[in-house]
Amino acid sequence: MKPVEIAKGIYDVGVKDWNIRDFHGHSTHMGTSYNSFLIVDSKIALIDAVKKEFSDELIDNISQIVDPKKIDVVISNHTEMDHSGGLPRVMHRVGEDKPLYCSKMGQKNLSLHFPQHFNYHAVENGETLNLGRYTLSFMETRMLHWPDSMFTYLNEEKILFSSDAFGQHYAGYEKFDDCVTEDIMLQAKKYFANILLPYAPLILKLVEQVTAMGLDIRMICPDHGIIWRKDPGKIIDAYVGWSRQNSGKKAVIVYDTMWHSTEKMARAIADGLSEQGVAVRPMHLRRSDRSDIMTEVLDARAVVVGSPTLNNGLFPSLGDFLTYMKGLKPKNKIGAAFGSYGWSGESVKLITQELEAMKFEMIDPGVKVQYVPDEKALAACFDLGRKIGQAM
Amino acid sequence: MDRYVCTVCGYVYDPAVGDPDSGIKPGTPFEDIPDSWECPICGASKSDFEKE
Ligand SMILES: [Fe+2]
Ligand SMILES: [Fe+2]
Ligand SMILES: [Fe+2]
Repeated sequence: MKPVEIAKGIYDVGVKDWNIRDFHGHSTHMGTSYNSFLIVDSKIALIDAVKKEFSDELIDNISQIVDPKKIDVVISNHTEMDHSGGLPRVMHRVGEDKPLYCSKMGQKNLSLHFPQHFNYHAVENGETLNLGRYTLSFMETRMLHWPDSMFTYLNEEKILFSSDAFGQHYAGYEKFDDCVTEDIMLQAKKYFANILLPYAPLILKLVEQVTAMGLDIRMICPDHGIIWRKDPGKIIDAYVGWSRQNSGKKAVIVYDTMWHSTEKMARAIADGLSEQGVAVRPMHLRRSDRSDIMTEVLDARAVVVGSPTLNNGLFPSLGDFLTYMKGLKPKNKIGAAFGSYGWSGESVKLITQELEAMKFEMIDPGVKVQYVPDEKALAACFDLGRKIGQAM
Repeated sequence: MDRYVCTVCGYVYDPAVGDPDSGIKPGTPFEDIPDSWECPICGASKSDFEKE
């Protein structure tokens, strides 16, 4: 693909992964891109590589602008393999003796990925690198979202190369926020909900710091998806909102079902919630990807979880989802459990324990129904939905 | 001596091991670590740690 000049002498030489639909367990309905940035100045710098299998494509893209041998510095903002997998091939073409800039943790983590002895240069937080007319500053952003993560800022053009932060899994010929529709915000939200949510408090701290520094940001170049040039403030504001975990009058009902009993209960709870004016999304665990469910959970006030009792325990898909949600540390949620059973009926108790461990405020002991919900049981489910709605 | 967990990244400070890379000798109780010390993995401050 032809590199795009995003500012004078600065090119996106990255690649599109059109067909990826499972990105380490996240659904990526729109594919993704691995962005990589080439800065041509008196010195030439490359920011981030791509996934290993796209190495040759990256090198072809670079070669359309300059001979890779002419690159003076390679910068790795993040060690994860979708951005570092191509480094060995890139360093081979650029020259093994060229400096590889990264954070201190980046050096540690890259050497745990690659046996090669790269010519590492671990930067200090705030260190600068002069390229000629442009100067780069490096900013440690540990745990956004790995210990090695850092941002690179181009002082003169006020461009922030933000690694995974502000990214979206989106492959397209459109390169900028002003070339796409509002749908891109959904991809950005999904990315946040599934990658950055556990570190929401750090994001708020970082935004505060950056504001206090008076750092002017005219363009944000993440490593996935489109570049924010028309309105970089929009994605920053969205991150602040998502990090505060404010929620509207919204509920997600996450459930699985064997003979449709727990499903009927889910529908009745949804009816009760809806009667209270709550926007409600019932989501069947084997029909929805966990990463799509988390995207809905992000701005929901209530998460209502249902499971049949299977062999005295939870239905297996619940184990998957509850483990996943727990790791993402959602905050300020209210919850309740429900489920059908045959003879023992442990599921409601087990879900309640799990949600309590995640510090959910449980607003009801939950509803369990033997075999098939009758009218009375469905009325109890409706009332549960109503009660949850009233608690918002 | 109690072990402490970093609430940001999950790193566990074990007093028996200390954090020699940051000059914290093995056998140093968590309470005796200077306040300027940071989590060796994620850089979180000492106040971000909780008793395990
Ligand atoms: Fe990453
Ligand atoms: Fe990434
Ligand atoms: Fe930590």
